[in-house]
Amino acid sequence: MQRKTTIKLAIALVMSTLFTANFYAQSEPTEHPEQTEEKYDPVATALGHALDSHEIHFLGEGESAVHLPLPVILYTDNGLEFFMSSEFHHGEHAHIERDGKKVDGYVYKNYFIDHHMTKISPVIDSHGHYTIDEEVSITDFSITKNVFALFITAFLLLFVFMKVGKFYKKNGAVAPKGLTSWMEPLILFVRDDIAEPNLGDKKTKFMPYLLTVFFFIWFGNLLGLIPFISNPNLTGNISFTIVLALFTLIVQMLFSKKGFWKHIFSPPGVPVALYPILIPIEFAGIFIKPAALLIRLFANITAGHIIVVSLVGIIFVKGSLAWSGLSVPMTLFISCLELLVAFLQAYIFTMLSALFIGTAIDDGHH
Amino acid sequence: MELVTPSIGLMFWTSLVFVILLFLLAKFAWKPILKSVKEREVKIESALEASEKARTEMALLKSQNEDLRKEALVERDALLKEAREMKDKMVAEAKVTAKEEGERIIESAREAIKNEKMAAVTEIKNQVATLSIEIAEKIVKEKLSTDEKQKTLVDGLVEEINLN
Repeated sequence: MQRKTTIKLAIALVMSTLFTANFYAQSEPTEHPEQTEEKYDPVATALGHALDSHEIHFLGEGESAVHLPLPVILYTDNGLEFFMSSEFHHGEHAHIERDGKKVDGYVYKNYFIDHHMTKISPVIDSHGHYTIDEEVSITDFSITKNVFALFITAFLLLFVFMKVGKFYKKNGAVAPKGLTSWMEPLILFVRDDIAEPNLGDKKTKFMPYLLTVFFFIWFGNLLGLIPFISNPNLTGNISFTIVLALFTLIVQMLFSKKGFWKHIFSPPGVPVALYPILIPIEFAGIFIKPAALLIRLFANITAGHIIVVSLVGIIFVKGSLAWSGLSVPMTLFISCLELLVAFLQAYIFTMLSALFIGTAIDDGHH
Repeated sequence: MELVTPSIGLMFWTSLVFVILLFLLAKFAWKPILKSVKEREVKIESALEASEKARTEMALLKSQNEDLRKEALVERDALLKEAREMKDKMVAEAKVTAKEEGERIIESAREAIKNEKMAAVTEIKNQVATLSIEIAEKIVKEKLSTDEKQKTLVDGLVEEINLN
């Protein structure tokens, strides 16, 4: 008991120092608070919320915004570069001219880094005027908002399910209690309603994968619904969904049986004349299926984020607080709906993964 | 457009975290959980089966008990019947024996009475004989006390003989 409390205290201390040390609120008021310049752009706001970023935005706009800076890790020709995103001249995005187009970006040391962290250009700073010397491609491995959310999700998953695992290790085959009784029905749901109908007796081998996918997506979806940590749109990020769909494809390919390939390259009951049409379609289907999977999750979760921000945005577009009478109930409704969607999408992704794996491991008794 | 552009960094971190998560959760969470749940299911199933079995056994036992009871009843009836018969028989036998015995006793009593009577009669006869002799002796003595009387007697006797 004593040890547990000490660990908790240590974590709290570390967290609080991290937050207080790194918070930087540039509270100096803008010199010219011109209303025209600060015009609310609903599209940019909605998209900006759905996108990834290099800091966690808590509140405020522009100069007075409160952010938690995150580590930036860049892989350049000179190797890895580590620095905190607070080292960017925040709020003062630099601009350069590239191929005749204005490009937003950051300045770090003697580099101009474009907004999407794809290119780096050593520049000469002469009082805010940057000139490009040469362009170098970089790869961004930063701990962005989504990566941070990813870590939190993983930590929560480990915390919750290792606790549940420990409960069973300690107590053996008993009735669930506490946290376990919350999670066990979901685990059984995945086993009996997702794995069992699609995989049958072979489900045991795939249970860890399906359970991890299900809870990873679900927890990620739920984390994205928490407003005060700037709704990290992790599970609605296409990179995230691509990776998960790829894992499903890999598992599917690794365990695929002869029957699956036979079905693709010599579909039974089809005239040979149709083979030239059918085989390419069937073959493309292997990749279309996970593509549909990744697009579905991406679109559903991102749409939810955009809808919520857009509905709140009504107030700002109309410029009147009275509109909150419409905006708030609708946002509340959509948020509740999103709770359902969070579960539903996790279910659908897992369910289709199980289905795809199920067709691949089928021995071909037709 | 940025929305649908995958980023290498996030893909890298997602893959890394997912693989680690899969490994750790599989080892420390899913395996023990699924194992225990399965064990528990087997346990519940076997418990249900056992209770079902116990119930059928119970029913079987109950019916067996019923059979036994019925058998016992039949046996009891048979025993009672037998006992009654035996009793009747014994009573009848006893009656016969008693009758015979009574008759025998009566017979022997009769015999004894007869014997006694005979003895008594004999004794009475003897007594009478003795008394008669004594009386006769006295009478003779009386009759023969004088000569005259002797003479009369002899005369009487002679007369009697003559008459015969």
